[in-house]
Amino acid sequence: MSSHSAHATAGHPAALLHQFDTADQQKDASTLGMWLFLITEIMFFGGLFIAYIVYRNAYFDSFVAASHTLNIPLGTFNTTVLICSSLTMAMAVHSAQVGNRSRIVLFLVLTLILGAAFLGVKVIEYADKFEHHHVPGPSFQFTEGGNPKNAELFFSLYFGMTGLHALHMIIGAGILLVLIFNASKGWYTPEYYTPVEMFGLYWHFVDIVWIFLFPLLYLLGGHLPPGSGGH
Amino acid sequence: MSDTTHHVVPVRVYLLVFASLLVLTYLTVAISYVDLGVFNALVAMAIAVTKAMAVILWFMHVKYSTRLTKLCVGGGFLWLMFLFALTMMDYISRNWKF
Amino acid sequence: MSTAIESKETRNYLNAGYDLKSWLLTLDHKRIGLLYLFSISFFFLLGGLFAVGIRLELLTPPGDLFQSETYNKLFTMHGIIMVFFFLIPSIPAVIGNFLIPIMIGARDLAFPRLNLLSWYVFMVGGTLAISAALMGGIDTGWTFYTPYSSTYSNSNVMVTAVGVFITGFSSILTGLNFLVSIHRMRAPGMTWFRLPLFIWAHYATSLIMVLGTPVVAVTILLVGVERMFRIGIFDPALGGDPVLFQHLFWFYSHPAVYIMILPALGVMSEIISTFTRREVFGYKFVAFSSVAIAVLGFLVWGHHMFVSSQSVYASLVFSIITYLVGVPSAIKVFNWLATIYKGSVSFGTPMIYAFGFIGLFTVGGLTGLFLAAMGLDVHVHDTYFVVAHFHYIMVGGAIMGYLGAIHFWWPKMFGRMYPEVPAKTAAWLVFVGFNFTFFPQFLLGYLGMPRRYHQYPEEFQIFNVMSSIGASVLALGYALPVFYLVWSLKKGEIAGANPWGGTGLEWKTPSPPPTENFEETPVVTEPAYSYHKEEFELVKS
Repeated sequence: MSSHSAHATAGHPAALLHQFDTADQQKDASTLGMWLFLITEIMFFGGLFIAYIVYRNAYFDSFVAASHTLNIPLGTFNTTVLICSSLTMAMAVHSAQVGNRSRIVLFLVLTLILGAAFLGVKVIEYADKFEHHHVPGPSFQFTEGGNPKNAELFFSLYFGMTGLHALHMIIGAGILLVLIFNASKGWYTPEYYTPVEMFGLYWHFVDIVWIFLFPLLYLLGGHLPPGSGGH
Repeated sequence: MSDTTHHVVPVRVYLLVFASLLVLTYLTVAISYVDLGVFNALVAMAIAVTKAMAVILWFMHVKYSTRLTKLCVGGGFLWLMFLFALTMMDYISRNWKF
Repeated sequence: MSTAIESKETRNYLNAGYDLKSWLLTLDHKRIGLLYLFSISFFFLLGGLFAVGIRLELLTPPGDLFQSETYNKLFTMHGIIMVFFFLIPSIPAVIGNFLIPIMIGARDLAFPRLNLLSWYVFMVGGTLAISAALMGGIDTGWTFYTPYSSTYSNSNVMVTAVGVFITGFSSILTGLNFLVSIHRMRAPGMTWFRLPLFIWAHYATSLIMVLGTPVVAVTILLVGVERMFRIGIFDPALGGDPVLFQHLFWFYSHPAVYIMILPALGVMSEIISTFTRREVFGYKFVAFSSVAIAVLGFLVWGHHMFVSSQSVYASLVFSIITYLVGVPSAIKVFNWLATIYKGSVSFGTPMIYAFGFIGLFTVGGLTGLFLAAMGLDVHVHDTYFVVAHFHYIMVGGAIMGYLGAIHFWWPKMFGRMYPEVPAKTAAWLVFVGFNFTFFPQFLLGYLGMPRRYHQYPEEFQIFNVMSSIGASVLALGYALPVFYLVWSLKKGEIAGANPWGGTGLEWKTPSPPPTENFEETPVVTEPAYSYHKEEFELVKS
């Protein structure tokens, strides 16, 4: 280690870990690692998306009927909330880059609030599904058209995909709390803000998943009259 | 080679991306009520892909990143397409008769 | 590390600490490699015990030893343990973990803590799989085909599925760590085309781990959800499509075969060049063929589904792409042969494994082409022909590679030589035993004996008895190394830094290596496998 003296004091998060030669190398490794992690996430969600595509093609009418029971205004509102949170997240990274420490905390807190708002709306939507017996399982009922069995498949995928997405949001909110705490102690500087930047990538990825979920689940056959079926 | 160019994207760009994301969101909701036949799904997906690209390029800084990062993102989506395309190849041609 | 060091020779990663904590909380890639070595050896033994049950039952035509249900559980547990808990982690997690940082001239992998986490995740998954076995086992086959697994099986599908799901993350973490390390941690001068082919093979393997594993994870998750909540993603009775499960499962599980074989291919390049004192013929072809196998491997999964209701047109495309995989595989075999040709071949134990590997891998690969032919596959699908084929790849290929690697790098890992005579004996036992076990199964399969049955017509007995006898020889060949390798830890001849006269960076640091791998960061000035004329003469004399 003698020839590789650490740049920062040991224990500080910005300290250079022993396996790296330079801070740049350390940051490059984190960035590549994060992107590879996001690729595994793409493939993970990909399994659910292909299931959706296959069954949407097979049971189009029932899927349209089931999709019509989702609340488009709430979905649109939530999409807006999530896009706002992506902006505040991008601004948090920006504040770290320009070294505005109090702004980092502010934008991270805003991101957390918006994330919580999204989850709150999701709770309202889920509660509505329970009320109408649209939750897959023994008590599932569907009278709004199409084949109930296939509509149940739609709702299985709806809960699977939005549930997994919400789980990612919840995990993200937990990490945000840690980041806010650390940021308030002034840990992140223009020289070292890798955690904020990496978390930003994660948060934007979760946003992208929703960008696809929203039209696929909510806006399916919006132009078709309820229960009619299209093709 | 280095990813650490510390490229600072101007706030103006972020706001522009943000605004277009919102506009595209409302556009896709509006279009879903218009009957375009088979094109409804295509348009919805085209808008979603555009939005995702905007987030990836600017919010996630890929536009300013190394070739390796771009390769990573491209590779990830390419593999997703392998999964979709080869699976659908089966479902689409299952009932073909000659 | 700035404390005074009394003797540079003796300071190494093994004596850096002796207490349990120094092992269980270690961030050293070499120690984590050894943790994996002990864990997967245990799983190998366990998977082997299930195989013993299978071979005993099949000695006689009637199903007289086990109930059919017990037999189903035996081959299922054998498959699950061997595939997910031995073969997939084997070379990457043990040898790769140990060697990749050293071979690229780094002090450690990019993310040592993730590396340790991957071992713990692996152990949690493994514990669940073992507890499923203790709770009464699982009978779905290692493929978990729906709707049997999701609806009808009464065995411990959930516990096993969760175990496999969790273990997947250990594989993802390993692959991610390797990719980042190979990209970002190479020593000065270590350009892409100076990398040992072992590294190229692990790069390709890691790509599959990162890109494929998440898909099987979500698939198993869906099976679990379907089982718990009775919703129909894959159950036709509930509107689902069981063939979709097969698509998703094989999207990972076919490339997973390449997770098992690619690292072994990388090991072969190292052993063959060292034991022939020659540069690997056509370095770039061999390097790129690894990546080509990884990429093409993702496009062929449908060849497992020719007799499902998969569209025949899709099958046609999958069949053609499957033939293409033969090209990079053959490139490797031909290039090794060209390397051996006119090389200064010495027959150390690793080289015997290498020769065995080339032969068995070729047989396994060529019979794979038989199975890629749609018409022939209908005849031999789900017969012992398939069983023999994939054992030629996974046992004849991957395990031969693993054993070759263990012997080749044993002096590096522990600083002592293994005894040559028992090692050669074991290598021959493995080769002979393997062929006796699995070659008759080609014949059985071609004659029509289906896999996964515990009884069979009398005319098949001769081949089954041959197979069971061969398995005993094979078991002996696998057991022998345990004894002489443990013996060698204390009594083996002291190995120098470079007992084989290899050129890789791992041979330029002491055996066993110090915790930091190198006294100072090495600078690479030559391509891999630069065996020079002088050195060549030296070894000859």
